[in-house]
Amino acid sequence: MAHSYGEYSKESYPSVKNILLLDSEGKRVAVKYFSDDWPTLAAKLSFEKSLFAKTVKTNARSEAEITMFDSYIVVYKFVQDLHFFVTAGSDENELILAAVLQGFFDAVGLLLRNDVEKRTALENLDLILLCIDEIIDGGIILETDANTIAGKVATNGGDNTVTFSEQTLSQAFATAREHLARSLLN
Amino acid sequence: MAQPLVKKDDDRDDEVEYSPFLGIEKGLVLQEARAFHDPQLDARRCSQVITKLLYLLNQGETFTKIEATEVFFAVTKLFQSKDTGLRRMVYLIIKELSPSSDEVIIVTSSLMKDMNSKTDMYRANAIRVLCRITDGTLLTQIERYLKQAVVDKNPVVASAALVSGIHLLQTNPEIVKRWSNEVQEAVQSRAALVQFHALALLHQIRQNDRLAVSKLVTSLTKGAVRSPLAQCLLIRYTSQVIRETSNSQSGERPFFDFLESCLRHKAEMVIFEAARAITELSGVTNRELTPAITVLQLFLSSSKPVLRFAAVRTLNKVAMTHPLAVTNCNIDMESLISDQNRSIATLAITTLLKTGNESSVDRLMKQITNFMSDIADEFKIVVVEAIRSLCLKFPLKYRSLMNFLSNILREEGGFEYKKAIVDSIVILVRDIPDAKESGLIHLCEFIEDCEFTYLSTQILHFLGNEGPKTSDPTKFIRYIYNRVILENATVRAAAVSTLAKFGALVESLKPRIFVLLRRCLFDIDDEVRDRATLYLNTLGGDDSVGEIDNDVKEFLFGSLDVPLSNLEMSLQNYVPSEEPFDISSVPKEVKSQPLTEKKAPGKVPTGLGAPISNPTSTVDGYEKLLSSIPEFSSFGTLFKSSAPVELTEAETEYAVNVVKHIFDEHVVFQYNCTNTIPEQLLENVTVFVDASDAEEFSEVVSKPLRSLPYDSPGQTFVAFEKPAGVPAVGKFSNLLKFIVKEVDPATGETEDEGVEDEYQLEDLEIVAADYMLKVGVSNFRNAWESMDPDSERVDEYGLGARESLAEAVSAVITLLGMQPCEGTDAVPNNSRSHTCLLSGVFIGNVKVLVRLSFGIDGPKQVAMKLVVRSDDPAISDAIHEIVANG
Repeated sequence: MAHSYGEYSKESYPSVKNILLLDSEGKRVAVKYFSDDWPTLAAKLSFEKSLFAKTVKTNARSEAEITMFDSYIVVYKFVQDLHFFVTAGSDENELILAAVLQGFFDAVGLLLRNDVEKRTALENLDLILLCIDEIIDGGIILETDANTIAGKVATNGGDNTVTFSEQTLSQAFATAREHLARSLLN
Repeated sequence: MAQPLVKKDDDRDDEVEYSPFLGIEKGLVLQEARAFHDPQLDARRCSQVITKLLYLLNQGETFTKIEATEVFFAVTKLFQSKDTGLRRMVYLIIKELSPSSDEVIIVTSSLMKDMNSKTDMYRANAIRVLCRITDGTLLTQIERYLKQAVVDKNPVVASAALVSGIHLLQTNPEIVKRWSNEVQEAVQSRAALVQFHALALLHQIRQNDRLAVSKLVTSLTKGAVRSPLAQCLLIRYTSQVIRETSNSQSGERPFFDFLESCLRHKAEMVIFEAARAITELSGVTNRELTPAITVLQLFLSSSKPVLRFAAVRTLNKVAMTHPLAVTNCNIDMESLISDQNRSIATLAITTLLKTGNESSVDRLMKQITNFMSDIADEFKIVVVEAIRSLCLKFPLKYRSLMNFLSNILREEGGFEYKKAIVDSIVILVRDIPDAKESGLIHLCEFIEDCEFTYLSTQILHFLGNEGPKTSDPTKFIRYIYNRVILENATVRAAAVSTLAKFGALVESLKPRIFVLLRRCLFDIDDEVRDRATLYLNTLGGDDSVGEIDNDVKEFLFGSLDVPLSNLEMSLQNYVPSEEPFDISSVPKEVKSQPLTEKKAPGKVPTGLGAPISNPTSTVDGYEKLLSSIPEFSSFGTLFKSSAPVELTEAETEYAVNVVKHIFDEHVVFQYNCTNTIPEQLLENVTVFVDASDAEEFSEVVSKPLRSLPYDSPGQTFVAFEKPAGVPAVGKFSNLLKFIVKEVDPATGETEDEGVEDEYQLEDLEIVAADYMLKVGVSNFRNAWESMDPDSERVDEYGLGARESLAEAVSAVITLLGMQPCEGTDAVPNNSRSHTCLLSGVFIGNVKVLVRLSFGIDGPKQVAMKLVVRSDDPAISDAIHEIVANG
């Protein structure tokens, strides 16, 4: 059995409770929970549903938005038909969460070559899932810099990640992405 | 940038077809996973299958145990492939599948190989996967590699090991603690995130060692911490150190300069973390607050909602304790009321309600009404609570505030929200005489259509106490009797009681009340019938003549003078017998109540849905314990037991605390001892008490503890005699004496020979408050007026310079050890004066009520007027003596 990592106090370090990527109807594209606050699938879905309902009418397109919800802090940002969310406990430093969200949002933009919508996200679901995996590990922030995150997802090694830029990145996996999309459709 | 976000209905069919996962089925995907067994692995195809599996899991699909095991075994085959993309997906799905410990063994060697690979990406990921799925035994095998990885020159590898260390510390602390040196080295790393992770882990390792954390902070605040995230951590740890060290009020606060310098950092998250830390410092001064408030004020007009939210939320908290410090931001706040983000608007409103002045009330209320309908219940509650305190602050404005409350009471809303409104109206009715009639009518209208039984009964109870005292009690009867006709049994019973109260107090209504009560005799519910019968009899309904005597009033309006939970406990313990249940045998001590009690001051003891479930009755436990000891059996009834007082520092060899048990002529000290040394057995444990500073006490019994093995607490007792009924005080010094014997922790064998030893404990004191029971009264004014005015003693006292009014109030409450009534222990911010009502029972079962009036002047000089009434004038004098000597 894998360990389910416990909760940590505000004292220790910033801790993220979940990362959600939903579509324009509130359905899941990719989600990852790092906390036992929602022990069942039903609890998770109901959280997503209410969160979506609460935020769907807001304009979170140019700037990231924020809300208090069920004693959680949630920061979120929308683009096209995709809704990005990052949730943490109510004591968390809001700006740290915003940095995590921005890292996630921009890294997905890099990985999808700015073609950020539900269809491309699903066609590249592996990249999205790897991306989340590179941002948070068991609630702890691993990385918030979008270039570094996208670099770690798209390259084979960790050596040259820091210098990875958008330009080279696009070239690096353009072919891979197309291949994958085509074969998934078959 | 903004584009139409949803393709509406006509496009939807097309859209669905685009999904690469259309028509996906678990069974088929599981079959596809057989490709993992192919001798010639097709890496790309395998990656796709894993993606599909992950998609299913992500959508909430679950695998049965067998399915999961099969997939897991198949996945382990994929380690043969050299394809790095596939390997990434393998790592990902292993974490998702959460293999059981016997399955973990199968991938262990593959992962350990990857952990030592030349490819950094493999090393980093293998560490994360292995640490996530491994158990303690395996950990010892890989510990060496992890330790090296912590100082790996590749930052991704180092971070992977450090983050895994943070997780492992929860389950295997002893292993991770051995990495201290490596982690310390990693703190100096040039890579920003490595420094962040290393600092988090190092703090976790040392968090129980105050000195070490303090050293860590001292060295890092001088040096250059590179990443903003690490800087935020450092700020948190610094505030922790400040919190733990600054006991002395005088002098500079350590590390404050560091916090202040962080306000000038270039990263916003650091600036904010520092500002927040400063506002949360205990006893923060206005001078310290100013720079933090200034940066937060700048954030208020930021274009980023997150920044505005963070700032307004922090300022909202500051406004609770330092409203004046926030008033500078009022103009910026007011513009936030129309903020598109409703959370920000709500926080701005409630901050303004806390800091605003009387002239701005009407304007604010107008703005609030506009946006009340589009915020969630939880925000509405916040607004209601803010309005309540505003109304108490500016009673003249009650009309517009009461109107607002009654309007929102009529709108849709859940129980918590409605309860907050009802509580607020109840408090306003109680505290603002002019608001009484209109408030009661609002409540009556509310119960005409109220779906919450709890609220209906609460309002009926309140109506019974307040309604008869109004100018026209008749108008309430219709509302009350409607409840008897229309509601469920619980509400009907409450309505019957309410009718009876009107009958008892309003002579002219009595005949009509009797008619109504008689109708209730035919109710289908037992309780309703019983109550109607009871009240008809007590009010003399049968012969319908005569004055209502005081006993009846006491019965109807008097409060139960024992806490309900204690009564419940005693009733449960009561064994049916010839002997009737004696209510005076119920302990009266109010047990420490959770803080939530304060938030709902409108609560009335209807006995329904008794909201506070106390922890198991310790008073009861003590009574049993003491009565089981023959030496103490002659001491009589236990009057009071104190909370345990620690006599040793935390984490010493022997942990001892003491509970003071007060009897009429005796005091028993119960020393709870714990031996924390596995290698020792203590025998014949006693406490030698030196009572030379407690002249009125003389030791009568000392009851040693025969043996005190490791980690199994035991008690030793010392009893003293003291003059009967006198609140004698004194100081006692304590010395723990015992015979210590060596124990072999491995075998548990104990040496025969022991050595005598002793251990100095801290002093303990018997103070006046020990002779006072915290017993509340539900209606202080009634209780006060029912006491003999001749027992009243009044005097005035100067309390000298105090930090704040609130501090002075709480000091006097602690000194007297009495129960604050009606929430009067809470001192509103900025008050120049305050009245506090206390109630209690003094030794000898003497009821005592106290009215304290405080005033504070410019240089923080506090003066206090103390009015005492009690059953015994001598006790009133004694209370004054306590204050005079305190």
